[in-house]
Amino acid sequence: MKTIYLDNNATTRVAPEVLEEMLPYFSQLYGNPSSMHSFGGQVGRKLREAHEKMAALLGASPDEIIFTSCGTESDNAAVRAALHSNPDKRHIVTSRVEHPAIRALCAHLATRGYRVTELPVDAEGRLDLEQYRKALTADTAVVSLMWANNETGVVFPVEQAAEIAGEKGIIFHTDAVQAVGKIPIDLGKTAINMLSLSGHKLHAPKGVGVLYVRRGTKFSPFMIGGHQEKGRRGGTENTPGIIGLGKAAELAARYMETENTVVKNLRDRLENALLARIPNSRVNGDRVNRLPNTTNISFEFVEGEGILLMMDEFGICASSGSACTSGSLQPSHVLRAMGVPFTMAHGSIRFSLSVYNTDEEIDLVVEKLPAIIETLRAMSPYWKPGEGVCARS
Amino acid sequence: MWEYTDKVKEHFLNPRNVGEIEEPDGVAEVGSIACGDALKFTFKLDENGRIKEAKFKTFGCASAIASASALTEIVKGMTVEEASKVTNQDIARFLGGLPEEKMHCSVMGREALDKAIAYYRGDTGKEVEDKVVCECFGVTEKEIEKAIRENALTTLEEVTNYTKAGGGCGNCHPAIQEIIDRVLGDVHAKPVPRPKMSNLRKIRLIEETIDQEIRPSLKQDGGDIELVDVVGNRVLVATRGACASCQAANRTLKNFVEVKLRELVLPELVVEEVSQ
Repeated sequence: MKTIYLDNNATTRVAPEVLEEMLPYFSQLYGNPSSMHSFGGQVGRKLREAHEKMAALLGASPDEIIFTSCGTESDNAAVRAALHSNPDKRHIVTSRVEHPAIRALCAHLATRGYRVTELPVDAEGRLDLEQYRKALTADTAVVSLMWANNETGVVFPVEQAAEIAGEKGIIFHTDAVQAVGKIPIDLGKTAINMLSLSGHKLHAPKGVGVLYVRRGTKFSPFMIGGHQEKGRRGGTENTPGIIGLGKAAELAARYMETENTVVKNLRDRLENALLARIPNSRVNGDRVNRLPNTTNISFEFVEGEGILLMMDEFGICASSGSACTSGSLQPSHVLRAMGVPFTMAHGSIRFSLSVYNTDEEIDLVVEKLPAIIETLRAMSPYWKPGEGVCARS
Repeated sequence: MWEYTDKVKEHFLNPRNVGEIEEPDGVAEVGSIACGDALKFTFKLDENGRIKEAKFKTFGCASAIASASALTEIVKGMTVEEASKVTNQDIARFLGGLPEEKMHCSVMGREALDKAIAYYRGDTGKEVEDKVVCECFGVTEKEIEKAIRENALTTLEEVTNYTKAGGGCGNCHPAIQEIIDRVLGDVHAKPVPRPKMSNLRKIRLIEETIDQEIRPSLKQDGGDIELVDVVGNRVLVATRGACASCQAANRTLKNFVEVKLRELVLPELVVEEVSQ
């Protein structure tokens, strides 16, 4: 059975070109990039190349790029560094829909004497910039807002938010794990101080990430060790991973237009066909300011895990914001923050596409999913057959 | 992804007895859409007072659907008295086990059964006042107490896995801990139960029982079984001789082999046939 992979916001396949670029650095070219000999030196040169490629994708300078182990490390390093640089300030501003890498960190910091403001979002998952502006105080040390939401794909106006923070001298960090490679980013034209990204979300391997730190931003390292990454992240580099991520950055720049035309069209076709064929379904989140590859659709009165497992029988991979898939007992905090009713939140499915998806794959999902929803609804005590309404509240 | 047994997957993908019985003898609705799972369970009795039909409708995950399907299969043919003794452990066992975090699905099945029987007996109006402990999921003190006693739960995490109580805002954690402490205090005040059997002793006793009590009877009909493995409380056996080709072998394994092993070794044992 062929796998139809529509879960690219969870992770992506390593691009064949990326794999090819990495392979020699696992075997023949195993030198330590910090070594004085030329055997290690050639690896060091390749790492510098990776810095340049990543900087080019982000509109940054190579010396503003720190390679880390993942998005979570980058997020933690950014927020902690900002707090460390502003020891007199105890206030953090973030949002209710952040990834756990920021949310759980802020919850932890709240137990260590920091005050955290989690900004709400509206029903479409959008941020109110006026409310944001009012939340900033003289005590605010750092703002951390995601560029694009991992569940709905909704894009926050982080460039404007960074300007507002900059005017008040507040450090602005963005978790851009989902945005990089999908929408154009030119950090040189923004006031963003720090940005996090993760390799495995853009066709590089797992275990490598990036923290961008704008030149001039005070930064104290999270990991202290050797002089690697200019002393900002000690520890021998994950050289194959970094080299792979450098290549992935180069490919992402090349595929940016495809993401915003071909992939977007595939996503829209999938979304429109499912909405047309399945009654009581709706898209969660702003359909305008949204990543081109993501759609989050709720199917009322059924539970997401059941949908995922039935799709799995056809090799279709996606994700759900249902509680049952996570071991949590509450559905997605993102959908709840948007006020999505329980009837919809439990039955939400996220489809996230990539440049590797095809028309045929989308056709198969459109063919199979209506029957799956019908089967599950026939079992649901809330579904009133033929009327498409809730049988009881 | 959850590690579901083949039987859970089978009952999820091909659920038995989906629907609602018209004019049922017993009916119950438990759970809610806010909680993420809900179950409507109905049954009808035959002229001998046995459950001839049981049906369900479920809003929930794969294990909720499978647990409801299992419940309907388990109670069919039982008297109401027999059905009232079915526990959530019976439902989980029928399915070859559920992930710990999903045990609340089996508890939901048992709750629905209890409530449907109460409806049948006309006890629904006599419900004593019960305090809601977990506001997020509407779980009451009595439900928590029952789950602790029936499943020998000792920690807050286990109570959440089995009842959902405490899985939301967490404000009720101290109250749940108090209930755990109280129930465990009661349990400890009672005579010490039979000590937990070690795996080694369990396997030895199973082997002895098969050799001395089971095999001789099977051999009388030219049949035999071989003990393949013991995984937790699952006794995996392969049928041999006449049993291997006998169409009623499954009944023999359940009604004779399993009954004997439960009687002489451990009441929790489940016999399963493996192909070898």
